[in-house]
Amino acid sequence: MRDLYQSQRAMRAIRQTAMQRGVIAVLDIGTSKIACLVLRFDGPESIDKAEGISPMAGESAFRVIGAATTRSRGMRFGEIDTMNETERAIRTVVQAAQKMAQVRVDHVIATISGGEPRSYGLAGEIELDGEAVDEQDVARCLASCEVPDLGPGREVLHAQPVNFALDHRTGMNDPRGQVGQALSCDMHLLSVDSRVVENLMHCVKRCDLELAGIASSAYVAGKASLVEDEQELGAACIDMGGGTTSLSIFWRKHMIYADSVALGGDQVTSDISKGLQVPLAVAERLKTLHGGVVATSRDDRDMIELGGESGDWERDRRTVSRAELIGIMRPRVEEILEDVRVRLDAAGFDALPSRAIVLTGGGSSIPGLDRLAPRILGQQVRTSRPIRVAGLPERATGAAFAATVGLCLFAANPQDEFWDFEVPVDRGSARSLRMAVRWFKDNW
Amino acid sequence: MRALIRRHARGFAPRAADPAPSRLAYRMQRLALTPSVRRGFTLGAPIFAVAMILTATFADPDRRAAVVAWVGEAKSQILRREEFMVRAVAVDGASAGLARTIRAQLPFELPLSSFEIDLDAVRDKLAKLEAVARVDLRVRSGGVLQIDVTERVPVLVWRTAEGLALLDGEGHRAGGIEARTLRPDLPLVAGRGADARVAEALALYAAARPLQGAIRGLLREGERRWTLVLDGGQKILLPETDPVPALERVIATDEAEDLMARDVVLVDMRNARRMTVRLAEDSARDLRKIKLLELGDD
Repeated sequence: MRDLYQSQRAMRAIRQTAMQRGVIAVLDIGTSKIACLVLRFDGPESIDKAEGISPMAGESAFRVIGAATTRSRGMRFGEIDTMNETERAIRTVVQAAQKMAQVRVDHVIATISGGEPRSYGLAGEIELDGEAVDEQDVARCLASCEVPDLGPGREVLHAQPVNFALDHRTGMNDPRGQVGQALSCDMHLLSVDSRVVENLMHCVKRCDLELAGIASSAYVAGKASLVEDEQELGAACIDMGGGTTSLSIFWRKHMIYADSVALGGDQVTSDISKGLQVPLAVAERLKTLHGGVVATSRDDRDMIELGGESGDWERDRRTVSRAELIGIMRPRVEEILEDVRVRLDAAGFDALPSRAIVLTGGGSSIPGLDRLAPRILGQQVRTSRPIRVAGLPERATGAAFAATVGLCLFAANPQDEFWDFEVPVDRGSARSLRMAVRWFKDNW
Repeated sequence: MRALIRRHARGFAPRAADPAPSRLAYRMQRLALTPSVRRGFTLGAPIFAVAMILTATFADPDRRAAVVAWVGEAKSQILRREEFMVRAVAVDGASAGLARTIRAQLPFELPLSSFEIDLDAVRDKLAKLEAVARVDLRVRSGGVLQIDVTERVPVLVWRTAEGLALLDGEGHRAGGIEARTLRPDLPLVAGRGADARVAEALALYAAARPLQGAIRGLLREGERRWTLVLDGGQKILLPETDPVPALERVIATDEAEDLMARDVVLVDMRNARRMTVRLAEDSARDLRKIKLLELGDD
């Protein structure tokens, strides 16, 4: 874990420099679209310290000064498939956002939506010597967590302490300064395929940008879409993207589980394309303009001209009723939601006090989804749009931009991750030097 | 054929250009958005261009001279305007003689533009005049140079080896005079260093008012102490410190004993606690004879 620790620390350091320079870009690389927002930070003074935000995080108020979206290229299931194409798409979107912001960005924070995320719950416990808990104790406690075998080629994406317990008191956000005998912590660890991360890093690097952080798209979509109460009481956010549908479960304002289903809007489009024998572009247009999942009697009479683009313009004048289109879309959407249901059941979502489910992402805007989803997922389902952030253009406020907006929040006030804490003294390589520095600090 | 044409247009036409910028275009745009490069273009390049144009223009000496001449001409045209011309001088606060001197001292011929009068220099020059304590100059509306003068008021006549001079209350020379009789109203001092102790001299004169008619003058001896010289060569030698009380003692003695009316040549107060009186030689001898007669020889 040391290697990753260093690389994540390096990314955090880059993020701090970007904060000081005041400009950072967030890059949501999805399967169907790539969005880039340029953020300008106004400094940490301009927001008041809210409860639960650790001062370590270096949070800051921000404003979106540049935004651009482009069709994604070379991506499959949230992973980079053709790097040249993806690189071009990133260049397009970054250039457009830079042009709007009239400022050059060097640092980006990116999402990863693919890479088979897997969640692990970790627990660690240490004995205290009866004094107030300090940062070293927290670091030791976190370091005492036993890391499970992630498997070959896996890398840790998030490792967030979600709970601290001091003796019999649990549910603490920050145990520092309190007195107790035993400190234990729970940590949520999210691992992804390391090749996916490496490809992303490489791709961003080829665009002359520096990667200042990576976040799981499930996590950031949840941050943007769930309101504070939902995050506190327990809720699942389902981000229905183009290539993947990712889900994250929040409880007590921490993500405790994340997963993704490799099914999404692209599968719906390809079903339409196959079923109606139309090109993918036409199928996409049919889906977004006429699609739905609940048929009514009127839909039988609602005829849609296909415009098959088969070249035989005179003869190929097929039409299809809207009910037929819905009949093609609905099974696939049901399949996606059922897969999500399976993942939620596996995660023990039923055990949470509040079982709210929030649908977001581009797929959540299918008409009728709010009537279909409760049948599969349970009664407390709502569709949502991400919260508003300052300066965001109107066209980027839709549900499809949940992960993008969440990434802004992630950039502005990140959660403390494992690597943000001090290196425990007895593990550091420069132990004696650190001790000497500490001694000097204490004595002068 | 129509279908074929459409097909031709759709199927075989070159594909739409890649919307992605080329790597070069991307890098150039990023370079253009770099703050230093932006500043260079928006500020540096115009400044450089203007500097180059100016350099190229003024590289030619003829053109430079023409510009200098043009500027000089424009400047003098403005300076010569009627509104800026000074045509008269008004001197206030000076006696007629001093005013004449001041007018003679002005280093320019009128009329003249007010821009060309260096008021500071003129004021410094006038302030150097002995009779002038303070002088203020300004150009008044209507083209008048107003000179407000405060004259030095002479309070003493000072006789030195070089001649007679007038001193004001601060010891500054306030002009010279040809003869003592021109200013009989002012008391006389003499000796080197008298000008440094004018206040003391004035205090002594004030104290010596009972002897006023008999005083010839105050003599500064060795830049150290005063001697009051009376008519008939009588002298009162005063101490270095606190001469005024010593003089008052002498005067009190004079009023009580009528000291100065006797044949006294010198009253020595250099030791202020002990007054020493010197009689004229004949009187002293007579006095001695009388004493001898009274007391008998031996």
